[in-house]
Amino acid sequence: MISDLAGFETHLTPYDRAVLEGEEGKAAQMAMRILYRMLPVYGVDRFMDISAAHIDSTVYMGIATMEYAERLAALGAKVRVPSTLNVSGVDEYGWEDWEVPPEVAGNAIRQMKAYEAMGCIPTWTCAPYQTDHAPVFGQQIAAGESNVIGYYNSVIGARTERYPDLLDICAAITGRVPAAGLHLDGGRAGTALLRLKGIPRALQEDDAFYPVLGHLLGRKASDGIPVVEGLDVQPNADQLKAVCAGGASSGAIALFHLVGITPEAPTVAAAFQGKVPTEFIEIGMADVRQAYQELSTSQGAKLDLVVLGSPHFSVNEFKALAPLMMGKKRHPDVEFLITCSRAVRMIAEHVGLLAPIEAFGAKITVDTCPLTSPMLPPRIKHLMTNSAKYAYYSPGLLNVDVTYGRLSDCVQSAVLGRIEREEGLWRA
Amino acid sequence: MARVIQGKTIIAGKASGIALASSEPVSFWGGYDQVTGEIIDRRHPLSGQIAAGRILVLPYTRGSSTSTAILLESVRAGVAPAGLITDRPDIFLALASVVADEMYESSFPMVAIKRSDFDSIQTGDHIEIDGSGHIRVLEPS
Repeated sequence: MISDLAGFETHLTPYDRAVLEGEEGKAAQMAMRILYRMLPVYGVDRFMDISAAHIDSTVYMGIATMEYAERLAALGAKVRVPSTLNVSGVDEYGWEDWEVPPEVAGNAIRQMKAYEAMGCIPTWTCAPYQTDHAPVFGQQIAAGESNVIGYYNSVIGARTERYPDLLDICAAITGRVPAAGLHLDGGRAGTALLRLKGIPRALQEDDAFYPVLGHLLGRKASDGIPVVEGLDVQPNADQLKAVCAGGASSGAIALFHLVGITPEAPTVAAAFQGKVPTEFIEIGMADVRQAYQELSTSQGAKLDLVVLGSPHFSVNEFKALAPLMMGKKRHPDVEFLITCSRAVRMIAEHVGLLAPIEAFGAKITVDTCPLTSPMLPPRIKHLMTNSAKYAYYSPGLLNVDVTYGRLSDCVQSAVLGRIEREEGLWRA
Repeated sequence: MARVIQGKTIIAGKASGIALASSEPVSFWGGYDQVTGEIIDRRHPLSGQIAAGRILVLPYTRGSSTSTAILLESVRAGVAPAGLITDRPDIFLALASVVADEMYESSFPMVAIKRSDFDSIQTGDHIEIDGSGHIRVLEPS
């Protein structure tokens, strides 16, 4: 029986009804029932098809997230569309090198196995767009994980709403999502125009600018769709990734348009779909400097851990890091951690990028990161990172202080054993 | 003297309890202790308050997509709010109640109300959610 939604009218297809009535099995029925009960909350009366998913329900938060995955798997759940997996709660084969409680590791691995049993692709990464499973322009997707949502929508021009954990897997199992928001043309128009003014080209060319730009977008546009005008350079994939992660940490940016750069914004008018912007914000160096400062909470120069790779490090980021570490060694009191996917680690190793990194004394963790895995020893109190996402979440989630700096400053500080930053770029 | 606010039922059900209210959104990931039910976002006005068993009055949830999982964990641990009042339909919070019902037959009701009504509810008010979108508010004497 299809339960009634307190008078809320729906338009279901024969497929939707069949799944709800259990004709595709008990797991698909449970997944569809959850989606169906969410229709009134989305405020739409129908579903639409997706052709891929990225599952963030993989993050282990406790017994309930494990039981949810195991319930679906035990009911025979199989994903209906290709579905990549986000990070889990542990590095499956490397957790014992850190301080993960064995009970947590055991449960998190059970949860991983449940999602693998559903036929998902075991990418175990928060940068699936840098694997060979990236979507294409216009593709309809259900993605969890805020930076992935930002990248798919903004950089690739694929279409996904901001899916909460637990719902992304329901969409993957049924191949259906509420026909709402960013899936539809009208939901993708810009809401605020942000004009960059007086930002020196040298800063725009530096990797360190992009996490700060992302942080600013989240601060200024909150959960809207910012349209950014005035970038003079063409950012690369890793720089755009950093914008996505920053904007999804300080705010809830699921889509932004960079005029002349991202695919749905050849012009300002196109980005706003012909509508007049209702909000206009000018961004100058004072805003950029303030955002840069907001990403650090440390008062002194103490340093216990440098952490890189949120979102997960790419092969190109390893290429930038390896020469900086060549012939150097970290200070014995400073740990150095890089988080990436299994696939990226394998490629980096094959092309010889890991040798100087390991000789430096850096460690690599795959499948997860310290924000989602209880892996850090309690003595670690002072972090440094080049990631806006690590910088934003570490103080609250890890009870540490944090310093945001450029990649080269992160390496140099790890060598010296204290935080040192080259800040000339921010003074202009 | 009790007054009645008419809202929109997001998740059906009845609940009553003492309001814990703020106009600041909260991120449950990093902001809600799933073992104790304490608000632990140290930048939030309700930081240090225990929301377990209370009627939590928040405009919406902020931040990560993991907020739903935290709220589900708190239902399982018995430290979820008794009910939620928001100023808009919040997908992340509503989903936690739907999944909690599927998994543990233990959901919490949610009602969305308009902003002026939302602002009229204060921490300490006694609240009854009646299951049809009515919220009965009794201010402490």
